[in-house]
Amino acid sequence: MKRAPFLALVLLLLLAGCTSGGTCDDGRITLRFQSLAWQEESVQANKELVREWNATHPDVRVEYVQGTWDSVHDQLLTAFEGGEAPDIIHDASDDLADFAYGGYLADLTDLLPARLKSDIPRRSWETTTFGKGVYGVPFLQEPRVLIANATWLKESGVRIPTPERPWTWTEFRRITERLSGRGKYGVAWPLKEPVSATLNLSLSAGGRLFHRGPDGKVAVRFETADQVVPRTVHDQVGNDRSASPTTLGSSGSDTLPGFFGGRYAMVPLGFSYRQQIVQQAPKGFDWQVLPAPAGAGGLTQGVSPQTLSVAEDCPHKKEAAAFIDFLLRPRNMVRLALGDWMLPTGTQALNDPALRTTEHGWSTGTALAAHLRPAPAQTVRGYPEWKDKVATPALQEYYSGAIGLGELRERLEEDGNLVLARYQR
Amino acid sequence: MRTSTPARVGQYTALLAYLVFLAFPFLWLVSTAFKPPRELGSLHPTWIPKDPTLANFRQAFDEQPLLHAALNSLLAALGAAVIAVVIATPMAYVVARRRTRLAKAVTGWVVVSQAFPFVLLIIPLFLVLKNLRLINSVPGLVLVYVVWALPFALWMLAGYVRAVPPELEEAAAVDGAGRLRTLVSVTAPLLAPGIVATALFAFITAWNEFFFALVLLKTPEKQTLPVVLTHFIGAEGVADLGPLAAAAFLATLPSLVVFAVIQRRITGGMLTGAVKS
Repeated sequence: MKRAPFLALVLLLLLAGCTSGGTCDDGRITLRFQSLAWQEESVQANKELVREWNATHPDVRVEYVQGTWDSVHDQLLTAFEGGEAPDIIHDASDDLADFAYGGYLADLTDLLPARLKSDIPRRSWETTTFGKGVYGVPFLQEPRVLIANATWLKESGVRIPTPERPWTWTEFRRITERLSGRGKYGVAWPLKEPVSATLNLSLSAGGRLFHRGPDGKVAVRFETADQVVPRTVHDQVGNDRSASPTTLGSSGSDTLPGFFGGRYAMVPLGFSYRQQIVQQAPKGFDWQVLPAPAGAGGLTQGVSPQTLSVAEDCPHKKEAAAFIDFLLRPRNMVRLALGDWMLPTGTQALNDPALRTTEHGWSTGTALAAHLRPAPAQTVRGYPEWKDKVATPALQEYYSGAIGLGELRERLEEDGNLVLARYQR
Repeated sequence: MRTSTPARVGQYTALLAYLVFLAFPFLWLVSTAFKPPRELGSLHPTWIPKDPTLANFRQAFDEQPLLHAALNSLLAALGAAVIAVVIATPMAYVVARRRTRLAKAVTGWVVVSQAFPFVLLIIPLFLVLKNLRLINSVPGLVLVYVVWALPFALWMLAGYVRAVPPELEEAAAVDGAGRLRTLVSVTAPLLAPGIVATALFAFITAWNEFFFALVLLKTPEKQTLPVVLTHFIGAEGVADLGPLAAAAFLATLPSLVVFAVIQRRITGGMLTGAVKS
């Protein structure tokens, strides 16, 4: 009579062992791969690659688990705390710091093959390096570009910028002013999340904002170079009337109807927005991808690439790293990039003809890849609080004209450094 | 006293405006669900799609296991509603009828427990369920939903019990009915609207719940509808709007059907709860 509960327990243990980073009786390993892919082509590409891996690696079966970008941080944190995290984790580099410092992610330094290490540039590896360890493989990234109404620009006779000869910020301001008038605007800035957009674009003007001292502590300094991008947006909205004031609180998708409807000549958006534009643009609407304006720092921009990591609790780290290596072989990286409409970090993948075509602006994006750097806030502890409590309201008020540049600086620096100081004691 | 015609017109206009306000998001959802991508990006959106399509529904079903997720949601929500009501009804009766210190303490605790944010509870709850081997299982999720709905269900039902005059039970006792007979034949029928309203509350809460399901269910075949719906949303809130609207529209249908079927019962329940003995 007492055998039934015992058998049930054994069965449960076996099931648990087979479903989460475990080894079954037949010696076969099962790894759980949580992917955050969400676009149809991207999900399909990920699932196909998992199928291909399983077909060629009968001893290491990978189970595809569909995750979601919404609440991924909380979901992973709970799973880590409970020892139930997926073995292979898809996330973004700006979400990894807490997990890496918290000891939840495996250091991949000695697990990854030399091929993969050398294929991805050092600047990309910097986005996933915390302390002395590497806690994720950066594999997809997207620059911010200008999506432009090609017909409008052509008819206006303005010089069309290229990655080799981009607009300067001053030129950009002058051109948007020229394109504006009669209820139409040269640009619509979707700045619902103003901090990352401002900080990442500010690298092009030589901005840094976060300055690390010799003691390793970070301080905020809003210097002249940091002011170029915010001042341009502020003046376009408030002085020149060349940027729509109504889109300052909008997301990128919200600006598209106005863009298609001929209200805005250009919209600064992430590179992957092209997929939505292809789907939603009216028939005959002619659009093109232009590089974001350049400054003292050239075309440099900050990015937080998508990453693949291995959980520290995973009992089969070597196999998990081998799967990541398989997923990120040049040809496979191209498939993932095409599925997500983003740029791969791998240099070999970037050279693939499919990503060099002029169609849908791919070639403009790939030309920008060499200029992408880790987002300035990447490794700053306390950044999320600084962003939510200080920088977001301050920038929103500045862009809407409620406060001036002096008060913006005061709040970013004085209030901001008080917040950061709490994390750096 | 009769209300004057202008006042009545004003009342109905206000009511109509309120109904439009309430219905607007749902009607917009329905409209979006039937629009092709090009209409979604139009500067001048229309209520009625110019070129209606079922492609969003097809894509939603092709990309995500909606039916399976709906079944999981239904099991979790029904299970939570039934168990919560079965546990809360006798508890509410005791709390309402026995005016002891313990009953007051229980009521106080119920109110206080509502103040805890779920983010605070999720990690300990996860660990408890893991030890019980109930992670990644619909029964585990039902357990969480019952615990989550129970305090409010108890509080709500206690109000309905208080509204049933104790004199009715005393009259039944005088007529020779035993305790059980009184409860079954006199109190229970009067409580029925309250029980239905409480069950509906527990059902809707569980049906719409997202975060616990996201954290507790690991494998795709166990996931519930709210979790599956988020698979149409990408980084930085970018969404595949058409299929998302189509799937969300389908997800609201069961709640609407349940409401439509037992609406009169709920209204009755509300009135019962409002009457003072």
